[in-house]
Amino acid sequence: MNLYAIRAIYKFEMSRTFRTLMQSIASPVLSTSLYFIVFGTAIGSRMGNIDGISYGAFIIPGLVMLSLLSESISNASFGIFFPKFSGTIYEVLSAPVSSMEIVIGYVGAAATKSVTLGLLILLTAQLFVDYHIQHPVWMLAFLILTAITFSLFGFIIGIWADDFQKLQVIPLMVITPLTFLGGAFYSISMLPQPWQTLTLFNPVVYLISGFRWAFYGVADVNVAVSLGMTLVFLLICLTTVWWIFRTGYRIRT
Amino acid sequence: MPSIIRVSGLTKTYASGFSALQGIDLDIQQGEIFALLGPNGAGKTTLISIICGISSPSEGSVLADGFDIVKDYRAARSKIGLVPQELCSDAFENVWSAVNFSRGLFGKPSNPAYIEKLLRQLSLWDKKDAQMRELSGGMKRRVMIAKALSHEPDILFLDEPTAGVDVELRKDMWQMVRELREQGVTIILTTHYIEEAEEMADRIGVIRQGKILLVEEKQALMDKLGSKQLSIRLQQPISEIPEDLAEFNLQLDDEGSNLSYCYDSRQEGDSIARLLRKLTKQGLEIRDLNSSESSLEDIFVSLVHEKEQ
Repeated sequence: MNLYAIRAIYKFEMSRTFRTLMQSIASPVLSTSLYFIVFGTAIGSRMGNIDGISYGAFIIPGLVMLSLLSESISNASFGIFFPKFSGTIYEVLSAPVSSMEIVIGYVGAAATKSVTLGLLILLTAQLFVDYHIQHPVWMLAFLILTAITFSLFGFIIGIWADDFQKLQVIPLMVITPLTFLGGAFYSISMLPQPWQTLTLFNPVVYLISGFRWAFYGVADVNVAVSLGMTLVFLLICLTTVWWIFRTGYRIRT
Repeated sequence: MPSIIRVSGLTKTYASGFSALQGIDLDIQQGEIFALLGPNGAGKTTLISIICGISSPSEGSVLADGFDIVKDYRAARSKIGLVPQELCSDAFENVWSAVNFSRGLFGKPSNPAYIEKLLRQLSLWDKKDAQMRELSGGMKRRVMIAKALSHEPDILFLDEPTAGVDVELRKDMWQMVRELREQGVTIILTTHYIEEAEEMADRIGVIRQGKILLVEEKQALMDKLGSKQLSIRLQQPISEIPEDLAEFNLQLDDEGSNLSYCYDSRQEGDSIARLLRKLTKQGLEIRDLNSSESSLEDIFVSLVHEKEQ
């Protein structure tokens, strides 16, 4: 195991975050705060409770997930796309590092960033909404698992993308709609049929539901199913990454 | 001398069907400076990319210091440093962390004293805190060299090290390469400048269209490259070369109005003067003189023809 290499990649990626602190931390925290102000404080006071939880508190897990998913994907995809784009990837490819070490370095850094970001958003939420977390350990577990899974997914996008448009298209056209429709702002039991059934094909439903359970002990789907689905996504991403390195897809000519 | 790199039967065929390397066999000896000479698109960079692990070979094998570059990639790659042809860098990274990053990537514990020595050697020390985007092209090239040397490799690949580099930096670079060789580093450089190969290399390999045409000691190849041709246009055409001029092995062409004389520019002393005197003595009037050096391209062409015959 080339621990020095993992550390070098991790440090490099983290220092990129600190260089771009405004963009990578401050701006997602700000935009999520705006959601809290608009939906939580302003509109929320006119909304009824959902599952016995005030609307402002109800949307917290969903909003954290929203940022977590998009930031994990964009951090990880940019982290590997940019060296490919600028040509500096030659160094990683010619170094005595295994594909697993490369993944741990890049994905580890991206996941660290988005977990940090998720916790920062939770802290910020305290300023606007009163909430408490029933299962903090499970909350962290869901946070970390989701961050890793979607950082892996971002890493895959970063390798697949050969221009900036492709880099953006999946987060914007697929992930954002799935998150908004995944129960971030409502409980899926509020949906009429057939949408209530159809929405179960949206993987983000399971992430948000499990995460909300960790906060308030209520969930749209059974928490065991949520956890199971999260692990399935993780496995799918791991398998894809393994395949990418095995075949050298879009990395080694 | 033992070979530190052994390339056998190496081929590279891209998915498009283009065959970049067609069965390369090459031995690089420990401690030498080897220049790989060839026109653009000959396969120089492809060959280097495969040895360094950036591309995968289609067939054949490469041993670096006895380690297979695919099976024992960790051991093989940690011996090798690469300065690629393209200047590429992370624009916002500073020099110090860029070079330390490379050392870590190659599995070496940090060693600030060594990196400092390296940066001083390359006149980069006062730029250590500068971001890459603030550096000139020449400075960036130095940083790429520092990155390649950051993990103290035994083998250094320099892909077109002096392309687009000013005279001063070129001289510095040649000096640095010599010093590295004295420290026991084996150096493989690619170039399409013959002077560069002449200045630096112990041995030269010529590659064209994915094939190694020859590998020779520099001196032997330079002798071939040293030949020049003198064309003498005559006022009046002649039907045959006068006996008196037999020693020069002249060729008569262009319907008797042109004499060609091949000579070695470095060995012949006064032969041209003697030839001209004899021509005058024979009463041949000269209308024009033109001497031409065989260019690298000529050598390639003649090499290719030799192979074909």
